[in-house]
Amino acid sequence: MSFIEISHLKKSFGPNTVVHDFNLSIEKGEFISFLGPSGCGKTTILRMIAGFETASSGSIRVGGAEMTNLPPAKRNVGMVFQAYALFPNLTVAGNIGFGLKIAGKDKGEIDARVAEMLELIKLPELGDRYPYQLSGGQQQRVALARALAIKPQVLLLDEPLSALDAKIRVSLREEIRSLQRELGITTVFVTHDQEEALSISDRIVVMNQGHADQIGTPSEIYNNPATRFVASFVGTLNLLEARVVDPATGRVSIDGQPVVTKRDMSAFGIADEAIVALRPEALILGAGDDDRNTLTGTVEEVAFLGAVIRVRVRLREARVSLDIFNDPTLDLPKIGMAASVSFKKEDLLIIASH
Amino acid sequence: MKSNRLGHWLAILIGTLYFLVPLAATFEFSLRKVRGIYSFEAYRVVLADPQFQASFSFSVALAVVTIVFGMAIIVPMAYFVELRLRKLRPFIEFVTLLPLVVPAIVIVFGYLRLYNSSSLLPLTNSSLGTNFLLICGYVTLALPYMYRSIETGLRSIDVRTLTEAAESLGASSGTIIWRIILPNIRSAMLSGAFLTFAIVIGEFTFASLLNRPAFGPYLQLIGANRAYEPAALAVMAFMITWACMGIIQVVSRNTAAARH
Repeated sequence: MSFIEISHLKKSFGPNTVVHDFNLSIEKGEFISFLGPSGCGKTTILRMIAGFETASSGSIRVGGAEMTNLPPAKRNVGMVFQAYALFPNLTVAGNIGFGLKIAGKDKGEIDARVAEMLELIKLPELGDRYPYQLSGGQQQRVALARALAIKPQVLLLDEPLSALDAKIRVSLREEIRSLQRELGITTVFVTHDQEEALSISDRIVVMNQGHADQIGTPSEIYNNPATRFVASFVGTLNLLEARVVDPATGRVSIDGQPVVTKRDMSAFGIADEAIVALRPEALILGAGDDDRNTLTGTVEEVAFLGAVIRVRVRLREARVSLDIFNDPTLDLPKIGMAASVSFKKEDLLIIASH
Repeated sequence: MKSNRLGHWLAILIGTLYFLVPLAATFEFSLRKVRGIYSFEAYRVVLADPQFQASFSFSVALAVVTIVFGMAIIVPMAYFVELRLRKLRPFIEFVTLLPLVVPAIVIVFGYLRLYNSSSLLPLTNSSLGTNFLLICGYVTLALPYMYRSIETGLRSIDVRTLTEAAESLGASSGTIIWRIILPNIRSAMLSGAFLTFAIVIGEFTFASLLNRPAFGPYLQLIGANRAYEPAALAVMAFMITWACMGIIQVVSRNTAAARH
């Protein structure tokens, strides 16, 4: 049995059901991210685990114990909020020690744990400061320390990096991940930022309209998206309409040009329509050898994005974008010139039938 | 442009004179108790009057109890409305505004009909009961000001997230209100408290009709029977109100400065 078991969880607000029959097992010490756009139900599930929302049906078990109807104060779950939620009237040390004080720990134990937590978040000298005297990144680290101080069985992170600027966000997510590994605490992280989810998670749950569209490792989610939604939400993707020529050999036609995929096409019949996908980084300019597929078209746009240059090639009706690493010595294609793009047969993803 | 600015200054001057001239005249009149010279004799007489001391102390005590009683009712109510019943806000606001619409005399006659000596709950049978009734009346009178102050304070903090953060750390509702919410709305509570104090100190209708020896009826009594002392009392009442307002300003400014 897994450490956290979420079974047939459902949540409705009046006539609106925001979470439908959600099931998930989380192992002890795992870092799992809920990824999805606003309103997909990811925060609602997190809030049900925390006890801030009551499930309409289904159950949540943590460490074998039924938690579904337990009040938040009895769950021993640490929570970090997007808006930090530090208590403005308490110092940093007061905030970190708050949960321990509530638990009736003696002063010596509280002081020792607060000092340990301050060391852990690398702010040992800021215990006497008030939250308004800290930067956003420091406040969120204090919020993390406060959540960890009570030694929770689960750590819940509700978009904790969203209010921070880009550089702090990257460094703090790395800190969160290394702390999580160090403490071995089971962590559920909610985000709408795919890069965040891909970079720090053991597994990702991609949420769409109250359902889990796909649950898998970052690599599985990125390389083998199960649905069109996952494919389009995670990373940049060329989604193309194709016609199946021979499912047994994996031959399909994109915009009238024959290509071959090594993906399983057993669900398709001859002449079926399919949605196929290509990552921009899987494409290279120029015709490929026999092991690669080649598509031809005309260069429609060349966009400089810093580290990469994105080239858009128009086939007949369809368009594909590809990324080239920025190299000042590179001879970039000109708009309007004829171009070939090639890709490996295993890089042609089959998303769904029409 | 120049005439426009002149118009602004003229409007400010007229407004200032409108408020200050009667006040200055009252103050000047209050100093003329001793013929031929300016003195604080009227103030001395008022302050030495045992009835003044008794009625003022009585009203101060009532104001303090009203503030405590009012806060004990309004803070948890406003907190739970903000936390869980936001849809009820317009209704609660309407209810809290009713004391401004219903005249005090109507409320007090309602009380007298409900709690008179031949009623089921004859509060007016004893001084203690009547004082309790008076405090209830004062809480009602102060409700619009007290509720608005508290609500403004609660809106300035993220009540829901702070509550959830404290709940996830194991705190009960009582602990959250006492240790997290109250310290963060202290200045709003003080504003409400000082406004309530100012209202209770000068209140006449309730105290007079319930026949309690409060400061309001004393002001009326002196006003009807003396010449210079009412002016001195009026100036003192203004000073108390201004002191309350001044403290509200200082507290609010300090809290705002501490937040940023």
